[in-house]
Amino acid sequence: MSQYVLRRLLIAIPSLLGISAVLFFVLALAPGDPFSELATNPNVPPEVQAALRAKFGLDDPIYLRYLHWLNAMLHGDWGFSFVSRMNVDTLILQRLPATLYVIGSAQILALLIAIPVGVYAATKPYSLFDQVANTLAFVGFSLPTFFTGILFILIFSITLDWLPFVYTTDIKATGIRWVLEMIRQAIMPVAVLGLFQAASMTRFVRSAMLDVIRLDYVTTARAKGLGQATVIIKHVMRNAMIPVVTLIALQMPAVFGGAIVTEQIFRIPGIGSLLISSILSNDTPVVMAVTFVFACLVVLFNLIADVLYGWLDPRISLR
Amino acid sequence: MLDKELRSMIGQVKDGRMDRRAFVKRLAAVGLTAPLANQILALGGVAMAQSPAVYKPTKRGGGGPLKLLWWQGPTLLNPHFATGTKDQDGSRLFYEPLASWDADGNLNPILAAEIPSLANGGLAADAKSVVWKIKPGVKWHDGKPLTADDFVFTWQYASDPATATVSISTYGEITVEKVNDLSIRILFKTPTPFWANAFVGAYGCVLPKHLFAEYKGSKSREAPNNLAPVGTGPYKFVEFKPGDVVRGELNPDYHMPNRPHFDTIEMKGGGDAVSAARAVIQTGEFDFAWNMQVEDDVLLRLEKGGKGKTLYATGGDIEFIAINFTDPNTEIDGERSSMKTKHPILSDPNVRKALALLVDRDSVKKAIYGRAGRTTANYLNGPEKFVSKNTSWEFNIEKASKMLDDAGWRVGADGIREKDGKKFKLLYQTSTNGPRQKTQAIVKQACQKAGIDVELKSVVASVFFSSDVANPDTYPKFYADIEEFQIPMTQPDPALHMRRYISANVATKENKWQGQNFPRYVNKEYDAAIAAAETETDPVKRAALYIKCNDLLWQDTVFIPVMHRLKVEAAANNLRPALSGWANETDNIQDWYREA
Repeated sequence: MSQYVLRRLLIAIPSLLGISAVLFFVLALAPGDPFSELATNPNVPPEVQAALRAKFGLDDPIYLRYLHWLNAMLHGDWGFSFVSRMNVDTLILQRLPATLYVIGSAQILALLIAIPVGVYAATKPYSLFDQVANTLAFVGFSLPTFFTGILFILIFSITLDWLPFVYTTDIKATGIRWVLEMIRQAIMPVAVLGLFQAASMTRFVRSAMLDVIRLDYVTTARAKGLGQATVIIKHVMRNAMIPVVTLIALQMPAVFGGAIVTEQIFRIPGIGSLLISSILSNDTPVVMAVTFVFACLVVLFNLIADVLYGWLDPRISLR
Repeated sequence: MLDKELRSMIGQVKDGRMDRRAFVKRLAAVGLTAPLANQILALGGVAMAQSPAVYKPTKRGGGGPLKLLWWQGPTLLNPHFATGTKDQDGSRLFYEPLASWDADGNLNPILAAEIPSLANGGLAADAKSVVWKIKPGVKWHDGKPLTADDFVFTWQYASDPATATVSISTYGEITVEKVNDLSIRILFKTPTPFWANAFVGAYGCVLPKHLFAEYKGSKSREAPNNLAPVGTGPYKFVEFKPGDVVRGELNPDYHMPNRPHFDTIEMKGGGDAVSAARAVIQTGEFDFAWNMQVEDDVLLRLEKGGKGKTLYATGGDIEFIAINFTDPNTEIDGERSSMKTKHPILSDPNVRKALALLVDRDSVKKAIYGRAGRTTANYLNGPEKFVSKNTSWEFNIEKASKMLDDAGWRVGADGIREKDGKKFKLLYQTSTNGPRQKTQAIVKQACQKAGIDVELKSVVASVFFSSDVANPDTYPKFYADIEEFQIPMTQPDPALHMRRYISANVATKENKWQGQNFPRYVNKEYDAAIAAAETETDPVKRAALYIKCNDLLWQDTVFIPVMHRLKVEAAANNLRPALSGWANETDNIQDWYREA
């Protein structure tokens, strides 16, 4: 097992190198200039722009810049933001808690909805409950988060005036009020992301359950006289969850992607909104670092999925 | 015109026979009003009016929190590294200049004890030096006193190319010396009629020498205080998360009485303009939002029964269509739009004039800008003293058609004009942006009626405004026949704004297209007028020279001004922000208060 994990980690190195090279060259070829905002300002002469470009090494050839970046990265230096003039890792670390809080809560919400609903729907396929759940699931994953987000704002903030739609990191309260405020402001973004996730997950749980529920050993279990609850939870779900767990793990990077849009709408200071603002201001080092973090997440969650597989199903041996 | 009359009026103001307001009114009548009319008085020996800012609170603090929403949040807090106004706005909560511009374009003293004038000995008669007196007793947030050394240091810091500040052009050409602990002298190389540039406004913020002395030059980016400002401002720094939030708290030792009004201040960043407008006007979650680039229709709808309203500030920002004087389709030595070529269609002045007749500014205002724009014939729209009254504009398709007929461009079989077998086709480019693309559509429609085939093109703003030498779609390269965008006017003086278009500034391959004269306009008369204006110390003659430059641009149709744009802000109904079209939103933050 540990040997397997080690080997997989070693394989991850060349793929991450490849990913970083592609990202770097694509970003370098992309048009734009971090100092473009200075260009229309008559107060700033062109020489200043040129000096800034030279200072940040923007005039070096691409491969040199890549090697510099790689070398710095290996030394733990994530680069330096052109726009904020601070280290990229501090910038990302500052933003990470908000993203983890929102994405984590959304994922938990999605699981809390998807598993019971999917399981129950599978036990009574084509019943009224199943039909309604299916319809809602289809609606849920057809509506993009930027649409539901704005819809929620219009309903809950503007018409009903129940919830704030601007997320604040520093709530001026302590103790229980702080917790309540944190929850109140996270309701909308978490609901938007969570419901979107829950929709597709429900479908998955349902079909995975249906696959297993018809197998002979389930009939055997029932024939032994075990109750419905025991059969479903102990016998069916355990096996049905194997593909679901993989799916959830593999979907994690996509959740981060979905969070980018949601973060922008609700002004959540997470790494997603950092990515957008850096793209808009052509802050290449930050864009590079954030996308690279996403790439690492993909590789990491793939690995986690594989390891979880072996743990859930001892028949699969990892060598 | 009124050289003599003006002088006698200045005399009257000086010995009190005429009051200042009457003087400004008299000047208004002849087209020379407000903002720098006051600089006329200053140079004429009368002290500049100190802003009559109405400030009601009678004690410091007690205003609760002030919540600002900037839909692009500040990303750094050193005013000399600010890449955009968002950074300047964030820095300005903590740092202060000697003076800032108020709504009328007057200087409002902040760290200065008084505004320099000839009368108080601050201005030299030859316009080659200025002495500023610093307000005594001002303390940095860490308790150290503010002295002339801080100003001298700020000049050294900002003018050092290795520091790579964005304010280097403000400080590079001057010398600052200490007169005594509480006054400095700024020396100019040549007579400089517009002396209120260094240490004034956004780039004028002074840095504490004791915290930045070690970080001058190439070590500048390591300074810990780049992200944790220690200034003299009304609010003390509490917290900063780049792009997300800046927070401050009341400075109990602030140097102005009864200020600031608010106990805490928060500037939240991120999101988009429309939802920012909602958060202020509809839900009242925030008190103030900046730069409402939102269609007027939407704003009007939000304002109905809302908790806030929009506010407008008039400056000199101009949205225009620029005309290419060179040929974008012929390549010479690897350079299109080369100075060795002439535009095959647009080099004829009558054709350019006809084109100007086809821009329906009223419709553009009605359909797009609404309350946020004014129609104009001028490139230079402020301060009023510099605004030409000699120009006019009209929208007239028949007249344009006739002019084109007379110029030899006849309507062909396909409805498109042609001359010597050449079709009248234009490529019209702009940056990707709703209002600009709508303007393109309005202009294209009128052109079609006049038999001109217009191809529209929009380029992503990050490319269009970049200085990327390798990209053909940037505005300075101008590989199109006409192009539209906006140039902001960052101070109430036309010197920098008008200087762009002298022939020495033409954008070419040789200067990597960094020359600011992108229409590639060459006119000896214009060059001479700018050169004369830059050393003219008589404010009336100087204003006349800039008006002449504007009129030359109009006569030669270098630009077709589309809209004089106003700054649009959103504020809670009971908030009284001190705004100015000549300054950034937070430049007079100490004067903001909330009506009880």
